[in-house]
Amino acid sequence: MKSENSANAASAFEYAPAPESRSVVDIAPSYGLFIDGEFTEAADGKVFKSVSPSTEEVLSEVAQAGDADVDRAVKAARKAFEKWSALPGAERAKYLFRIARIIQERSRELAVLETLDNGKPIKETRDADLPLVAAHFFYYAGWADKLDHAGYGANPRPLGVAGQVIPWNFPLLMLAWKIAPALATGNTVVLKPAETTPLSALFFADICRQAGLPKGVVNILPGYGDAGAALTAHPDVNKVAFTGSTAVGKQIARTVAGTDKKLTLELGGKGANIVFDDAPIDQAVEGIITGIFFNQGQVCCAGSRLLVQESIQDELLDSLKRRLSTLRLGDPLDKNTDIGAINSAEQLARITALAETGEAEGAERWSAPCELPTSGYWFAPTLFTNVTQAHTVARDEIFGPVLSVLSFRTPEEAVAKANNTQYGLSAGIWTEKGSRILAVANRLRAGVVWANTFNKFDPTSPFGGYKESGFGREGGRHGLEAYLDV
Amino acid sequence: MSDARLSVFKTYKLYVGGKFPRSESGRVYEVTDSKGNWLANAPQSSRKDARDAVVAARKAFGGWSSATAYLRGQILYRVAEMLEGRREQFVREVADAEGLSKSKAAAVVDATIDRWVWYAGWTDKVAQVVGGANPVAGPFFNLSTPEPTGVVTVVAPQESSFLGLVSVVAPAIAAGNTVVVIASEKSPLPALSLGEVLATSDLPGGVVNVLSGNTRELALPLAAHQDVNGLDLAGADADLAKDLEIAAADNLKRVLRPQAVETDADFTAAPGTHRLTHFLETKTVWHPTGSLGASGSAY
Repeated sequence: MKSENSANAASAFEYAPAPESRSVVDIAPSYGLFIDGEFTEAADGKVFKSVSPSTEEVLSEVAQAGDADVDRAVKAARKAFEKWSALPGAERAKYLFRIARIIQERSRELAVLETLDNGKPIKETRDADLPLVAAHFFYYAGWADKLDHAGYGANPRPLGVAGQVIPWNFPLLMLAWKIAPALATGNTVVLKPAETTPLSALFFADICRQAGLPKGVVNILPGYGDAGAALTAHPDVNKVAFTGSTAVGKQIARTVAGTDKKLTLELGGKGANIVFDDAPIDQAVEGIITGIFFNQGQVCCAGSRLLVQESIQDELLDSLKRRLSTLRLGDPLDKNTDIGAINSAEQLARITALAETGEAEGAERWSAPCELPTSGYWFAPTLFTNVTQAHTVARDEIFGPVLSVLSFRTPEEAVAKANNTQYGLSAGIWTEKGSRILAVANRLRAGVVWANTFNKFDPTSPFGGYKESGFGREGGRHGLEAYLDV
Repeated sequence: MSDARLSVFKTYKLYVGGKFPRSESGRVYEVTDSKGNWLANAPQSSRKDARDAVVAARKAFGGWSSATAYLRGQILYRVAEMLEGRREQFVREVADAEGLSKSKAAAVVDATIDRWVWYAGWTDKVAQVVGGANPVAGPFFNLSTPEPTGVVTVVAPQESSFLGLVSVVAPAIAAGNTVVVIASEKSPLPALSLGEVLATSDLPGGVVNVLSGNTRELALPLAAHQDVNGLDLAGADADLAKDLEIAAADNLKRVLRPQAVETDADFTAAPGTHRLTHFLETKTVWHPTGSLGASGSAY
């Protein structure tokens, strides 16, 4: 995948792989469920395999939680709740600070592990996922003894047992977003990682042991959707937090209807990345790429709809294609790799099917010219042009490295098109004009808006959606509310 | 006096889009006082009336949500002023509706007027209380601000027909939402009369729409309506609340569940802020702070 320029450069400077060493991580051949401070087999003895999506190599065999295990874990969390919630906040804080520090110490190991299990480039796990995971624990640790001052009244109380179900796209980061605020506020946790990426959560269980966290405060249940459903439906769970698809989110909302369970949902998106004619093109191109090709586009807040002002469309698309042709797709452990593997065969099939629908409906497809490895799950960075708002590729979340390009003439039209979606998670604005940024940002119905940047995250910054992208916020002072009885 | 002159009855009507229509269905139902004496025939709204109300609320949302917080506060305060002037009427209606003595009904009406004043003062403060700048670890100015959720359906409390009603409607509109409210089924008259007050308080038509009728018949289509964004279940019993919450999941409406204290119609306590903040979304915008001379993004 080289343009002529880069081909010349490549002939002058031969590409050499720079793989990160796998030896930093020691993956056991099998793992159990983590319940009440112990690794244990599933009650029915079921196991499943976690594979590396870049090679299809089996990494480990993991116990698969069922209903009985969910019940056991919830009981353990309930038992632990009494003491944990009664601990002085300053003591809870110190446990979380310990966890944050251990994550920092083990961050290279965890980054390599995450890259192996998820398929995303080491550049991302090393420079984005892991630093954010540690920062998130560090941030919420500091809240644990300051809840009286958080704006939720004096002495706000925890809810009890939190049942948390997380996706595979940022396995450890989503775990941090869920567990850190839950523990800081005095709740105990039963967390189900996704079936394709259970390993980093199990390593986190080991970190909890190293930190001396009391038994039962954190329980990890690797498993499939049935375990997640059992967890959210369990009558002794007080709080349900879910990150994943909008369809499953709606099902969970129906499940908890009529109960006292507090619910927060972080769901899908179809973010608009709006580029005005005065935007600095090169920076906008980088931002578009970050927006849709970060983590192979498997990001709920991805900028999957490019809205470009008509007068610069051709110039922008030329630059974008030229730049996309220089991205390196391949071994996720290679420090040069920009685009890693798709997380699973199932997800690859979904992306492939949606891209075929895009072509069938008449949109024009362009894919970066790159060789795909012969084993593993891969999808070349892809653009669709001649896209209308009625096209499936402009409406449905693809959750892959596929960008739909639409154009607009006026800011009014840009806003109308950006908001024309059931979702409302993210949006981007590229323009030199400050007043336009503020005016457009004001009218976008989205929970996170990036101006002249994209896909930035921080533990102090509340994250979450409007409309069918879910409700509740994670991060910041706002993120405490989901775990407090207020 | 009453022997000498025959009084003029009022025809109670809905309040939708700033107008006072009868139910399109032509239906009415008998409303009685607590002793069973006939008070009036109230409109029995249909699901078509409910849909019309959503259209009106959606139409009003853009203007109301983008009005300055100061203006919203002025208008809510104006509602209190108008109510104060019609205090005697509402004392009579609340006494009839809830079987209260005149002095107790007067206390309820006074508390209701004061509740409008409380929320009038909140409109231009809530953004500072729940929003703010976030100290992210990077060269960005990062600001979270609350924005109204959209069109909110409110199932008004069944017992507290006036104070309860205002206690659930006022916070939603103070925050910038527009509302379709289903009045107390057995005591809808104070709610319908409130429409007359809202119509003369500079509140734009459609910001509050008042429906009377069978609660379940109206609430189910509104809970399932794809252009409704929020649902306050204050006046729904447990069975209805569950059905409505399930229907609301279809487009992930923000749901405020009935709270135990409200089944006793205890709206006399200090209201707090939970209703004010429930139908708010948090928007967070990242602006690069950059370095001088860099164009656009310095990142």
